[in-house]
Amino acid sequence: MTTIGQPDPPFVIGDRTFGSRLIVGTGKYRNNREMVAAIRASGAEMVTVAVRRVDLDRSVEEGILHHLDPAEFFLLANTAGCYTATDAIRYARLGRAAGLNDWVKLEVIGDERTLLPDTSATLEAARELVADGFRVMAYTNDDLITALRLEDAGCVAVMPLASPIGSGLGVVNPYYIREIKRRLSVPIIVDAGVGTASDACVTMEQGVDGVLMNTAIAAAEDPVGMARAMKLAVVAGRDAYLAGRMEAREIAVPSSPLGGMLD
Amino acid sequence: MTTSKAGGRPSATVSIVLNGERRRVAAGLSVAGLLRGLELEPGMVVVERNREILSRDAIGATAVEDGDRIELVHFVGGG
Repeated sequence: MTTIGQPDPPFVIGDRTFGSRLIVGTGKYRNNREMVAAIRASGAEMVTVAVRRVDLDRSVEEGILHHLDPAEFFLLANTAGCYTATDAIRYARLGRAAGLNDWVKLEVIGDERTLLPDTSATLEAARELVADGFRVMAYTNDDLITALRLEDAGCVAVMPLASPIGSGLGVVNPYYIREIKRRLSVPIIVDAGVGTASDACVTMEQGVDGVLMNTAIAAAEDPVGMARAMKLAVVAGRDAYLAGRMEAREIAVPSSPLGGMLD
Repeated sequence: MTTSKAGGRPSATVSIVLNGERRRVAAGLSVAGLLRGLELEPGMVVVERNREILSRDAIGATAVEDGDRIELVHFVGGG
């Protein structure tokens, strides 16, 4: 913090630079029009999508590529819903075959109730996908050892959770998040658990490189309004981190001079 | 049901499992023809046939065969 108002270094993941530190999902919106409006309001450039069967009876909405232009957003396919490394690798390859890019948000779930990751299966899948040429962004627990191993495996970003997916509980363990950020060299993106703008701000104040969220925006009463709030909160949290906060103390210190008071 | 007894005509359809559902399709149909019949744009879906991904180029040249397990997937909203 030696320069006044020092510029934020660019947000680089792998070989790509992003103008926004906010990454958003596309699930759970009431309709596609609202989804696109919210994503635009969020300012996010990287947007996650899931791989699923085409509904042959057309009772479910059509594919998301009818609504999101890959020229406008960098679409990151996920492996959400996979419970084994084998399934996650299969979904990753299907996503890559869509021909947009060779990136994947790797997610291997280990428990239905908490949706906490199966970290050993995540590591196994990460190693295989990296060897297969993928740029892997790995969703993981807020566990330093797994994070270090995912970095060793060649992931381009490691993405510890703030709290369980869709819970909106915010950052439950800021110390673990900070320690992961301190110890790894690849970008750290906090993925899952943010509930509202203050959570996003607190997340970024831990010094992480970015934050990924879906439900907090999609499930808000006004997703477009919340998307705008999240955009500002991520910028505010990042700037506050770079600016370096004052020391907290449990005693008041006056802001106005003690001298110069009238008799 | 896929082929008739020796000397007979082959049946006009084959049985496949498409996105988890058993279906009968015309014998000799290509995967591209299957997509056309479903009014799906080849550029919008990814085809997996018997656990192997078919490249866009292979879709036209690959015939649907009896017993094939075919998955047609695409991108949907997700986090």
